[in-house]
Amino acid sequence: MDNSIVSSLTSVFTSSGFTAVTWQGCVMWALALGLLYLAIKKKFEPLLLLPIAFGIISANLPMTGLMEPGHGLLWQFYAYGIKSEVIPPIIFLGLGALTDFGPMLSQPRLIFLGAGAQVGVFVTFFGAHLIGFNLSEAATIGIIGGADGPTTIFLATKLAPHLLGTVAVAAYSYMALVPLIQPPIMKLMTSEDERKIRMKPSRKVHPVEKILFPIISAMLLILLIPASAPLMAMFMLGNLFRESKVVERLVEASQNELMNIATIFLGVSVGATMNAENFLTPKVIFVFFLGLAAFAVSTASGILIAKGMNLFSKDKINPLLGAAGVSAVPMAARVVHKVGTEADKRNYLLMYAMAPNIAGVIGTLIAAGVFVSLLK
Amino acid sequence: MEEVRAPMSGNVWKIECAEGDSVSLDDAVIVMEVMKMEAEVFATADGTIAEIKVKEGQAVEEGDLLMTINP
Repeated sequence: MDNSIVSSLTSVFTSSGFTAVTWQGCVMWALALGLLYLAIKKKFEPLLLLPIAFGIISANLPMTGLMEPGHGLLWQFYAYGIKSEVIPPIIFLGLGALTDFGPMLSQPRLIFLGAGAQVGVFVTFFGAHLIGFNLSEAATIGIIGGADGPTTIFLATKLAPHLLGTVAVAAYSYMALVPLIQPPIMKLMTSEDERKIRMKPSRKVHPVEKILFPIISAMLLILLIPASAPLMAMFMLGNLFRESKVVERLVEASQNELMNIATIFLGVSVGATMNAENFLTPKVIFVFFLGLAAFAVSTASGILIAKGMNLFSKDKINPLLGAAGVSAVPMAARVVHKVGTEADKRNYLLMYAMAPNIAGVIGTLIAAGVFVSLLK
Repeated sequence: MEEVRAPMSGNVWKIECAEGDSVSLDDAVIVMEVMKMEAEVFATADGTIAEIKVKEGQAVEEGDLLMTINP
């Protein structure tokens, strides 16, 4: 009798996951627990990092089949949500419904700052390729510098799915760290006097302009870069919902329920793609390093473009605004405002900073579209 | 009469003074909330608060009159 109990206990144990635990799996759990800590305790992009971290834990539990192609639960979330490119565009629908293009339309010249910040994306692309990443991987790493999560995920899925989890975690972590990464660069590259520059009051934007903008820019930008269509079309549709003022229910649904649901599946399935095999490679260190460099170069190039524009324009631009060209909406704009008020407490840069901030989202979308058309 | 106007569109979060209070130039008299961020609005002159034109929680547009100060 004793024997049969022992043997059945043994068989329970051997068929459990415990015997299949590997040190690589443990490293992934430790990483996930670290991310959970940052999300819960430090409030680092918790909406994304929390489900991502739990996805990592679940997918690295052995013998579950959660990520088994064909029928694993998380695999199906990933396949039908992300791999089929459904979820990032749905998130962009919500972002469009949340975005007010007003500040950008009232200061159209600040759009150039949003374009300027894409320099970091391309510099990092070439840098990553030089140190041995293939072109698709290099593009996926470079786009981290655009500081836009859904775009990064979209591009990674298309070009380098094995890097998806890594670049997503890098992008969202650095976005959370924008208030730490950007100010030193901003202060290094601007003088006290430049930081004190006050912007001239912005012009009022007519409601009709706000309605026409998503329609016209969707058509023009998609004609220009057809590969940007999935994200761009949904972004501008969401914005048209908002500015039309006649479909309040659709605006609510896009920016709340739909986006929240999409975020859950986005987070957990991105996390689930992070298995030890993909993640525990020396390359990952480079991805994080290059991602940080992309952020820094984007910040710096935005500031340099602002300074360049000041050489030719009568109404000076506060060069701090260039730093908001990395998207990270609205975090980067808040950082600009804060650094500006440190130099002059009556300098209210927040709304001006929203212009390059939002232009940066469009700029990153275009950069992603360019990569897709070149490399796919 | 000196005017204090809203530097940005947003909500009046806290009013840090009352009518009749004496204030100095650059005192924070109102805290606004703009895009989940607090932004202080400062007195434009030394003097006493003549009239406060807004209430806490009220939405204001850039350039709206918030209060007047008797120098």
